[in-house]
Amino acid sequence: MTARTSAPDGRRVVPNPRPRPDRDRWLGVAFVAPQVLGVIVLGVVPFLFVIWYSLNEWRPLTGEMEFTGLGNYSRLFADPTFSASVVASLFFSAGVLVLNLVIAISLAVLLNRRMKGITAFRTIFFSPVVVSVVAWSVTWGFLLAPNGGINGALKVLGIDGPSWLADSSTALISLVVVQVFKGVGMNMVLFLAALQSVPEEIREAAQLDGATPWKSFWSITVPMIAPTILLTGILTTIGSLEVFAPVQLLTDGGPGNATNVLPFFLYRTAFVSQQFGYASAIGVVLFAIILALTMLQWTSRRKWVHDEV
Amino acid sequence: MRATRSRRAAIALTGVLALFLSACSGGDTGESGPADLKMALWSSNKDHLALLKKVGDAYVAEHGDTVKSITFEPVTNPDYIAGLTTQIAGGDIPDLAWIPEASGPEFVDAGVLHDVRDTLKGTDGYKLDDILPAALAPWQDDKGGVYAYPFSNSPFALYVNEDLLKTAGQPDVAALVGTPDYTWQKISDIAAATHGKTKAVGLNIPTFNPTNWSAVTMLAGGWGATPWSEDGSTCEFASPEMTEYLTWYQKQISRGAIPAVSGNAEPAAFASGDVAFSIAQLSQSGSLDDSFKWSFLPLPAGPKGYHPIVGQAGVSVLERGTHKEQAADFLAYLTNPTNAELLAQFFPPPRKSLLNVETLAKAAPKLSPEAIQSAIIDVVPEAKVKSQHRVLSQFSDKVRAGLDSVWSGGDVKAAVTGICEQISPTLKG
Repeated sequence: MTARTSAPDGRRVVPNPRPRPDRDRWLGVAFVAPQVLGVIVLGVVPFLFVIWYSLNEWRPLTGEMEFTGLGNYSRLFADPTFSASVVASLFFSAGVLVLNLVIAISLAVLLNRRMKGITAFRTIFFSPVVVSVVAWSVTWGFLLAPNGGINGALKVLGIDGPSWLADSSTALISLVVVQVFKGVGMNMVLFLAALQSVPEEIREAAQLDGATPWKSFWSITVPMIAPTILLTGILTTIGSLEVFAPVQLLTDGGPGNATNVLPFFLYRTAFVSQQFGYASAIGVVLFAIILALTMLQWTSRRKWVHDEV
Repeated sequence: MRATRSRRAAIALTGVLALFLSACSGGDTGESGPADLKMALWSSNKDHLALLKKVGDAYVAEHGDTVKSITFEPVTNPDYIAGLTTQIAGGDIPDLAWIPEASGPEFVDAGVLHDVRDTLKGTDGYKLDDILPAALAPWQDDKGGVYAYPFSNSPFALYVNEDLLKTAGQPDVAALVGTPDYTWQKISDIAAATHGKTKAVGLNIPTFNPTNWSAVTMLAGGWGATPWSEDGSTCEFASPEMTEYLTWYQKQISRGAIPAVSGNAEPAAFASGDVAFSIAQLSQSGSLDDSFKWSFLPLPAGPKGYHPIVGQAGVSVLERGTHKEQAADFLAYLTNPTNAELLAQFFPPPRKSLLNVETLAKAAPKLSPEAIQSAIIDVVPEAKVKSQHRVLSQFSDKVRAGLDSVWSGGDVKAAVTGICEQISPTLKG
């Protein structure tokens, strides 16, 4: 069989160069190899080590390691501090997810219009994203102090504010607020990009058909930005389940175990209580929770994300 | 063909993992000849480092055949022990380390520290018996082994802002010292009155935040309370004495004598001039100037008497270090009477021969000789080290969580009962 040299209409066709599948394959492998190696060495291998450590009692000071099988896990599920940590983590994550997405979409809709100074507004709302999390948390520490800025403002209105970070009924909510305002700008930018890809003609057509702005938003805008909602939802859930710095800087897990979220509980167990094996078990469970929630969101996309099957 | 390719891939992956694991393994390099010693420090103060380097250089000059260099490495983790533990777990084990007193029994019990008794006793002119027995006790085991030199042995005292008290129309506290009126109750009354009149902080415990709960419970000795029994096996948080003390403490918060706990925030500094009383060690005097009149007094008495407290730090040789003998020899040199006097310019010494106004005035030149005598020298021989436990790190967080409700006005009895339920299994081992 020979390569075709002329088209059916008689025009001469230059034959394609001979495909070289082996060369292309190895070139592809060479391009992805550094990344794959990085993921294996810095992600997969450490994670396998963590699983192994979680099956052992490891005393870091003496270097002794004793295989205990699932002992750390059975201890973990009987530990009331762990239960409190799971509850705190899930509450924190749910609070951040809902507030972040609602505020980010609202801001994106408000700022997705042509008006004077719109860039300045967008910059203002995005700026917390680029501020160091430490500086952000310390500043909020001053604002939330018993004699801080927020209570000062409330006092002007004749209200005695609580000790936001020392009261178990307000500490976790305070952390949710700190985290939401830190990260909402990033999601706002993603939603702005998504909104700008929604064809204006569809909205205009809906308007001509008599749809109210609210109806138009729910029936046209939301379905069309649903892929972005899915993406931001997954990223925000993962990020909020891994929160650490604001907890350490503002509450140290307290009062009681009100803000002792899983990553912080893991850190204190490993590096303060010096129980590395037990802390590894917490890490494995945290990974499982994040994986389960991510899979749940990912598989649910078929029911609500535009064009997903 | 496919099988061959899979085999090649498996071999390549195994090679990568083997390379990775061997790179991670670290361990003894098996080097011979003069050692490069490394000492982990909590302080990164440049004057402390300069002094240690000076002593280290002098030692290397004299002992070049056994030690060719000594490196002093501040561990910069905010939680020093967490940083040191991580370093040790990672196989990067320093030869010597600065160990805070709270971790002393745990490190000794776990066999982390090397017994240096014979080295210290056998060093010419060392005079081991010059070290105060009470200062050395936390670093010894039942067999008389010595696991650290307590280079810093600093009693807690009461700083008083005299100008602030005068503005608030309060009495001269210095005049109360030595009288039956010099009590915690009297001091907290003055603190509450000062706070009420000036809005300044009353009685401040600078190192206290919810995590550092031992800074509060260390004062419970004045009420005859301890957090656990002397042998460490029984929880004593729920004892009537501790309950009485914590109830008193809680009341002082509610009436403004002691500032309320605010998340993880540190209380205001005494040096700001906006704090009436502050419990701290003599090194705090270095941050004070003449912007207000202040005094440095011994701690007051509780209902069950006077209970002086000392905070300590020891310098130890690590058992898993690769140059134990050389490190122990350097420890003996670093803490011999001559160099101990040099260290005393920053840290109150545990040596009886150095417990004098002249030596301590170098560490705290802003303190009067009378203050040094009454608040340090008279106190040190009878002072007790803060409560310690051989597995403190394993239950410290549970106590922290349990006490939080006390700081916010919750039921004290329920809180201490809950703490004992939580930590008793750990205490009993």
